[in-house]
Amino acid sequence: MNYNWDWGVLVTAPYFGWIISGLGWTLAVAACAWLIAFTLGSIIGIMRTTDNPVARSIGAGYVEVFRNIPLLVQMFLWYFIFPELLPEAWGTWVKRGIPLPEFWTAVVCLGTYTASRVAEQVRAGINAISLGQKQAAMAIGLAPMQVYRYILLPVSYRTIIPPMTSEFLGIFKNSSLALTIGVLELTAQTRQIEEYTFQGFEAFTAATILYITVTFIVMTAMAVVEKKMAIPGMISLGAK
Amino acid sequence: MIEMKNVSKWYGTFCVLNKCSTSVAKGEVVVVCGPSGSGKSTLIKCINGLEPFQEGSITFNDISVGDAKTNLSKLRSRIGMVFQNFELFPHISVIKNIMLGQEKVLGRTTEEAEKRGMELLHRVGLSEHAHKFPGQLSGGQQQRVAIARGLAMDPVAMLFDEPTSALDPEMINEVLDVMVELAKEGMTMMVVTHEMGFAKNVADRVIFMDEGRIEEDCTKEEFFSESRGERAQLFLSKILHH
Ligand SMILES: Nc1ncnc2c1ncn2[C@@H]1O[C@H](COP(=O)(O)OP(=O)(O)OP(=O)(O)O)[C@@H](O)[C@H]1O
Ligand SMILES: [Mg+2]
Repeated sequence: MNYNWDWGVLVTAPYFGWIISGLGWTLAVAACAWLIAFTLGSIIGIMRTTDNPVARSIGAGYVEVFRNIPLLVQMFLWYFIFPELLPEAWGTWVKRGIPLPEFWTAVVCLGTYTASRVAEQVRAGINAISLGQKQAAMAIGLAPMQVYRYILLPVSYRTIIPPMTSEFLGIFKNSSLALTIGVLELTAQTRQIEEYTFQGFEAFTAATILYITVTFIVMTAMAVVEKKMAIPGMISLGAK
Repeated sequence: MIEMKNVSKWYGTFCVLNKCSTSVAKGEVVVVCGPSGSGKSTLIKCINGLEPFQEGSITFNDISVGDAKTNLSKLRSRIGMVFQNFELFPHISVIKNIMLGQEKVLGRTTEEAEKRGMELLHRVGLSEHAHKFPGQLSGGQQQRVAIARGLAMDPVAMLFDEPTSALDPEMINEVLDVMVELAKEGMTMMVVTHEMGFAKNVADRVIFMDEGRIEEDCTKEEFFSESRGERAQLFLSKILHH
């Protein structure tokens, strides 16, 4: 293989800037999408644990739809099809009216997709709590909403910290799909550097290291959070 | 105080409660016993609406439990309940367990709730454990906290579902002592238990259940004399002989 290694390219203008800006967009997409995923996913997950049959089936329907369509297809559906289904003025607004339409489309797509996965974690976390706990909470007179607020959610969110960390890392990695609709996030910038300089190995190595570094930081931080939140006296949650 | 008339409940076609009628007067201590699966837990959980029932009626201080218009949360806040597996909330400290309902249901301030909580912990002999978490206490200690949690709501009646059956023998008495004291103070109590010593000591009445029916409902004197029915006789001879 006749390849001219040149690691210097990574720290040369403008390529260094591209990488940093790419990383910035990647983090921005992941963070914004996570807000949607966490909030919407929690609501959907909770709905699936209530006694209300309508809420349960809406929740189940949501999860089935968003979890079973390939993410890349969802990205294209949101970007190309969704604006066309709206009344014309709205469609135009979505395509051109809002600032950064590609960015927000990617955020909504990743957020709603990951929400379906978060919903399943939240549901599993709540269902893992014994019926007796729920009855004890009701027996002291807590209203149904209070039972969730003070007992079911605080306990279940603690139990699902590890799978929720995976879901966040999932959003972070899946954010690379945003390049397909033109968001210049880390992977897109890396490809661009390759096209300009033909130094693809260096560029992709840099991207790989950045992805791994962020993942590692998140995992370490969440391990600390998990320890901090562990319930004293409960072995199953890793406390002493 | 508690009036139960012809209460029936089915799981599918399986009849868990079969036309159960009984009543508990103010200050009365009623012990419920019977073989496993006879419907004891279901019966007392119907009283505070934790289990729905399909037929009959239950009133608590003239409020109908089965009525869809009844505010069940409010009703439940006035009836303390103690479970077989303690069911303390694991993620908050012992004192917070006792304060939660006072603050969120009764609307007491944190200071009031804490003061009342500490009084009750003192009373069940656990004041030095206030800031531990439930998982750091023994079973007997957890159950005493659970009783304190129920009492913190200033209930007019207390329901106990086999409060000592998940405990090691040496811890049973520490819990029973608290319950005996409560009974002697005049608390209205309905207690599912097989502790016949407790029944002999403080019960006013004994209810014997079998296959979803209330087979015996009599004074403790009658129950422990020879006049009771054959099933109860057999059941008693089994539990008293080991
Ligand atoms: N959710 C349910 N679905 C179907 N059957 C149930 C359900 N819950 C309880 N049962 C049945 O109802 C019957 C009465 O249950 P219950 O818990 O009231 O009995 P118990 O007298 O309290 O028994 P134990 O002494 O073992 O606690 C049992 O036969 C049980 O199998
Ligand atoms: Mg039972």
